Amino acid sequence: MTSILKIKNLHAIVEEKEILKGVNLEVNEGEVHAVMGPNGSGKSTLASVLAGNPKFEVTRGNILFRGKDLLEMEPEDRAREGLFLSFQYPVEIPGVSMVNFMRAAVNEQRKYRGEDPISATDFLKLMRDKRELLGMDSQLVSRSVNEGFSGGEKKKNEIFQMAMLNPQLAILDETDSGLDIDALRVVAAGVNKLQAKENATIVITHYQRLLEYIKPDYVHVLYAGKIVQSGGPDLALELEKRGYDWLINP
Amino acid sequence: MIEQQYIDLFTQFRKELDAHSVKGMNLHRDSAFETFRQIGFPSSKQEDYKHSNIVRTFDADLGLNLRNIPIPVNPYDAFKCDVPNLSTYLYFLINDRYYDRFQPSEKLPEGVFAGSLQLFSEKYPDKFAAHYAQIADYSDNGVVAYNTMFAQDGFVIYVPKNVALEKPLQLINILRGGVDLSVNRRILIIAEENARVKLLMCDHTVDNVHFVVTQVTEVFADVSAQVDVYELEENSEKVTRLNNFFSEQKDHSNVQTSCITLHNGYTRNNYRFRLLGEHAEAHAGGLAICDKDQHIDNFAFLDHARPNCMSNELFKTVLNDRATGVFCGKILVEKHAQKTMAYQTNRNLLASETAQMFSKPQLEIYADDVKCSHGLTTGQLDEEALFYMRARGIDKEEARLLLMVAFSRDVVDMIRIESLQERLTNLIDKRFRGKLMRCGNCNVCI
Repeated sequence: MTSILKIKNLHAIVEEKEILKGVNLEVNEGEVHAVMGPNGSGKSTLASVLAGNPKFEVTRGNILFRGKDLLEMEPEDRAREGLFLSFQYPVEIPGVSMVNFMRAAVNEQRKYRGEDPISATDFLKLMRDKRELLGMDSQLVSRSVNEGFSGGEKKKNEIFQMAMLNPQLAILDETDSGLDIDALRVVAAGVNKLQAKENATIVITHYQRLLEYIKPDYVHVLYAGKIVQSGGPDLALELEKRGYDWLINP
Repeated sequence: MIEQQYIDLFTQFRKELDAHSVKGMNLHRDSAFETFRQIGFPSSKQEDYKHSNIVRTFDADLGLNLRNIPIPVNPYDAFKCDVPNLSTYLYFLINDRYYDRFQPSEKLPEGVFAGSLQLFSEKYPDKFAAHYAQIADYSDNGVVAYNTMFAQDGFVIYVPKNVALEKPLQLINILRGGVDLSVNRRILIIAEENARVKLLMCDHTVDNVHFVVTQVTEVFADVSAQVDVYELEENSEKVTRLNNFFSEQKDHSNVQTSCITLHNGYTRNNYRFRLLGEHAEAHAGGLAICDKDQHIDNFAFLDHARPNCMSNELFKTVLNDRATGVFCGKILVEKHAQKTMAYQTNRNLLASETAQMFSKPQLEIYADDVKCSHGLTTGQLDEEALFYMRARGIDKEEARLLLMVAFSRDVVDMIRIESLQERLTNLIDKRFRGKLMRCGNCNVCI
């Protein structure tokens, strides 16, 4: 069982307020972990801290990513090492084309690994292949990054980028929020297609619904900045039936 | 006072001035001189020049090449513009003089004239008299008065009725000199009914001296005419560029101007559009990328005198180091100009703590059935967008560059010459990376 992520006693603050109060989590190759919890529990903060958002400050604890010190790395290096965050609210970047953006991202990864930049033809083929794999519209990639996209389209675009970058660890931050059932199915199918025994996925979600489509191996409940309960897939079903209250106020 | 040396120069060398120019231009000197004596150069005491103290830029020991001592070089051989291989009719102005030893390889369509203002006044004296200095109003602008006093030549494009030029014209303005110089250029564009013409002007500096350049452009767009005037400024830091653009439009005409300032010293661009016909359209755009101690001041005045017209001002500035930027967007909708649509957008990016931007909209609306809007933002790069890109492996500097180039996009999109758009995007990218190539044999290092 090779470790991909090891979070030990993680404390993090944002704007002077402590949100994460000692998170412990271990994710190994081939595993899908769901992190659930009520609003305000710190789920998005956890995702942001893992990706290295400068707005958040880690005050205690450490994180190992395939044995390397993650907190020492700049956000771009974490991405190049194979960490991918699917944002809850992907930002629009008018004037930066999807094509140029993806090519820059792909080439950064290749450079990091000592490879040559991808040729124009290979790149276009890669884009086409991944689009087809995920059943996505060509419209999605012919514009500026996320410009004029609906919520569903933005989330699909996140998964498309994930397919292009082929990460070791994918963190899906509330990927299901704002999606209807059909969009949810497409996104989930995409995520499932990209899973392999060498990589791992952390699915952050408030509702059990997404987990119908992306089946977790482990389920953790994050509450008030700490993981208060961990279990198998059944835990998610229990939460669906009983809510979070029974865990918080035992 | 600073104006005195120029008043003395004018009086002392009046004969030389006239001798090396033409009657049509000489006619206007006295009146301009009178006004100049009264009002002098603009100074920061005037509201419109609050942040650009123009008078100071003339407080220097400047020469004037009144006797038209020629510069012994063929600019086409010695100089290659940054926008190469554009399929255009190519012309050169060396300082203020039309360079007549070079002709574009392809002939212009029948009836079209492009070339020296002096020659035009001789070949078409009536047309010249009907247009030259007719709209470049100097009653409130000492720089225009100064230019009208001292200008001896310039560039003119005359397009007769119903002629549409497929290829754009390109004018390369080269600044050359052995001493600090005052240069006064005149540009005249006459588009008769239903004519179509596009002009690209590229400003370049060859010598490492101080130039104070005044440029007065007059554009006449007759009924249904279409005129595009694009400018690319790549001047050295020792250049002061004082540009005054005047345009008058008749019914159904369309005039578009855009200035991309890639490199400069001190620039003030005045635009004055008068929409004198109905259903006319005017677009004024600008993008300035400034760093070090550079200064850019864009002043756009759009006068809607008749109903049913549309105008759009889009000006953007990127400032770094200690650069300063100024923008004033004035829109006047006169009393009977109903159904006017007038839009104004000014966006400014401050990339350093010491950069400064002064920006102000000025809308005077006297009609009641109009659509007018203005939007102004000054700020930094979007932090969220930066992080998103970094989270995909793009490093911080590259992400900033991508965003800055993206910021420039819509001004570049206004330029209706597609091949030019591509080249400009490239040049802008290079500019941000600090890799702007200087033209072949230029002596000025950046």
